[in-house]
Amino acid sequence: MAKTITLRVYRGDGESGRTQDFTVETFPGMVVLDAIHVIQKEHDPSLACRWNCKAAKCGSCSAEVNGMPGLLCKTRVDALPTDKPITVYPLKTFPVVKDLVCDVSWNFEAAKQIQGLTLADEGSKEPLRMQQIDVDRVQEFRKCIECFLCQTVCHILRDNDRKDLFFGPRQMIRLASLEMHPLDVADRAEFIKDTAGVGVCNITKCCTEVCPEHIKITDNGIIPLKERVADTYFDPVQKLLRWVGGRK
Amino acid sequence: MAKYETFEYDVLVIGAGGAGLRAVIGAREKGASVGVVTKSLLGKAHTVMAEGGAAAALGNMEREDNWKVHFRDTMRGGKFLNNWRTVEIFAKEAPERILELERYGAVFDRTSNGLISQRAFGGHAYRRLAHVGDRTGLELIRTLQDHAVRLGMEVHMETTMTRLLTDGDRVIGAVGYRRTDGSIVVFRGKAVVLASGGWGRMYRFTSNSWESTGDGLVMAYEAGAELMDVEFMQFHPTGMIWPPGMRGVLVTEGVRGEGGILRNSNGERFMFNHVPDFYRAETAETPEEAARWVDDKKNNRRPPELLPRDVVARAIYKEVKEGRGSEHGGVYLDVSHKGEAYIKKKLPSMYDQFLHLGDIDITRQPMEVYPTVHYAMGGLRADPDSCETSLRGLFACGEVACGLHGANRLGGNSLTDLLVFGRRAGEAAAEFATREGHPPTPEVQIEEEMEVLMRPLSGGDGENPYDIQTALQEAMQEGAMIARTEESLRNALDTILALQRRAAEIRVPGDPAFNPGWNAARDTLFMLTSSELIVRAALERKESRGSHWRLDYPSEDEFWAKHNIVVRKDADDISIQARPVPEVPAELKAILEEGS
Repeated sequence: MAKTITLRVYRGDGESGRTQDFTVETFPGMVVLDAIHVIQKEHDPSLACRWNCKAAKCGSCSAEVNGMPGLLCKTRVDALPTDKPITVYPLKTFPVVKDLVCDVSWNFEAAKQIQGLTLADEGSKEPLRMQQIDVDRVQEFRKCIECFLCQTVCHILRDNDRKDLFFGPRQMIRLASLEMHPLDVADRAEFIKDTAGVGVCNITKCCTEVCPEHIKITDNGIIPLKERVADTYFDPVQKLLRWVGGRK
Repeated sequence: MAKYETFEYDVLVIGAGGAGLRAVIGAREKGASVGVVTKSLLGKAHTVMAEGGAAAALGNMEREDNWKVHFRDTMRGGKFLNNWRTVEIFAKEAPERILELERYGAVFDRTSNGLISQRAFGGHAYRRLAHVGDRTGLELIRTLQDHAVRLGMEVHMETTMTRLLTDGDRVIGAVGYRRTDGSIVVFRGKAVVLASGGWGRMYRFTSNSWESTGDGLVMAYEAGAELMDVEFMQFHPTGMIWPPGMRGVLVTEGVRGEGGILRNSNGERFMFNHVPDFYRAETAETPEEAARWVDDKKNNRRPPELLPRDVVARAIYKEVKEGRGSEHGGVYLDVSHKGEAYIKKKLPSMYDQFLHLGDIDITRQPMEVYPTVHYAMGGLRADPDSCETSLRGLFACGEVACGLHGANRLGGNSLTDLLVFGRRAGEAAAEFATREGHPPTPEVQIEEEMEVLMRPLSGGDGENPYDIQTALQEAMQEGAMIARTEESLRNALDTILALQRRAAEIRVPGDPAFNPGWNAARDTLFMLTSSELIVRAALERKESRGSHWRLDYPSEDEFWAKHNIVVRKDADDISIQARPVPEVPAELKAILEEGS
């Protein structure tokens, strides 16, 4: 006999909302996104939810299941307790557009301000030469699928809502991928410190925990950026050298 | 007068996958103002799904590789139905486009001397695919996204275009809706680049996302553009078939590349029984030789599992049809003999995908696979040099265009296609825009489209769009998938025509604000029309070639060897025409003959 589950789904917009219960039949291997699709097909086609690849490659279907942020396409229904309804909420950190869809445009606006890869020989057509060992770390960061789960669990953004202070883990990883690119010559230290706000992060590592790509966001990305900023601005030797050299 | 918001650009780009974003860059570099419209969020387009790599004859692995060999491989793969000039431009410009991507910020895997590493893939004579592990598509789209943002473009995310606006034989913009609030938007472009990608959602087994409903193809068709080669759909031989929620999701060719073996329910390694004579000389004769090939490619021939995609897909179809299928109606793909450590190192994402989503530990158990719809070879006819279509001011690039892949696409050629022709389309569109202005907005066309869009919300009982989609997927899967006959195609066509009548009565609840049911209503119309075009073209091509396999016409035909099928809207009828394949000039013919 087919088993059923109950999903308690957030319905509403940024101003007001409620939850609505739906009961769906499960099938082997069902993920929460499958259950949402069953609801759309059989119960209410107007239930809003983002998704694209359904293979954990695009990062569109982020939401909070039983309070835990994750990709709906990777969250197995049979891994969740069945004695109470499965709750499905939109990401808490961003304004809700409708139901499970929220407005993540802030992330794109922040990204716009970051200076891209800058090469010493800009304009040349020569192939770049880089060793694999030197790009391993950058490639780790470039696995990011922009699901924004790290942004949603970051307590500076989530609990304190200080998007004005901190660009969040996603953009830290983007910055780290540029700063650690073997051929990049740009100096982003001031930007990382003052605009992107790396100093605000107090390394709770929640971002690393939820990353579906298993990027070591804090250890490999944010901490080295903090060190870079500290070297530039707070190291007394560097300070002295800058003073002698007449640089800022 | 109808209420809608209007935006004006020199160049309007529809689609923000690899081709669309490269077109944005091309147009921006020529100084045009650019607006880009995408159905999803920026960076989520289907390009992210590409795993294998981007083919370009950089010659980093084998110095002998050059554009001529790439040209020859691509023409052969396409069974010579490709447009030779398109392929020539592609093969010549591919290396430059890849190197330029690196300067935008892409970080490809490296060779020991620090250059871009390239991997082997089916149909390519040399190791040719620039790659980043098994996430090359993500690298490509993110790089283009960041670079396009840097150059400045106006992005309209989660906005769906549903009709091209025309002024006589010229395309001057598009109308559609914003998904977030359901409001109507009109975009006016002095030139329009269509980079809307492929279509595969009309099949039950598909690796395509919800977006691949054929909107771009059908919008262009409705506007009067010429389409070509739409009968050719590529079926990837190994899609997941179990569990149900994972049906159609790709199992990368890399599994077979690392020594994966296909078996039927009798435990037989059946691919050895399906080697076509044409490939016999280059295929391993024994399982032992096939096993040695994985580590020593010089002295051994390829396993039969790595024959071209169409050959492997057909073999799997036959095994299942003849009663030797697996528990859930596929065949077994087994790589467990390579050992746990090897599999976890070489195929980490496949290991993860099956363990967490399928409860299958591929280091111990076989996977169950079946062919899945993967790529559309056909699309808009476009001038090879400028990408301009048969409609003035409309430029097409990427999967929605055609001519490069002919009857069958080689793996790795699509990512490079996006770069080469995305750039050309963007630049040509920007140049076109310097010569032309904005004609007046065609209000009647906008009102007509708004009427079509709003009908499903007019209340009362009606058809459910998802029911129609499911019935269509069933019909296309049965009648127009991998094995086709006159009868199966006719049956599919009858169903499509019946569903088209039902689709006029689609009704959905709610209002236009982020309402997937309402969005699905319009998508369903696109799926039905694109399906009809595929089936009608497939009926016409009475032969088997490339991905198009007719059980009632199992061989290649001399007439069809030299003709493409061109489809166009003629008044309210579908005009279908056999058009001669352009003659390959002598100097390129010599290249083709060199290798045979």
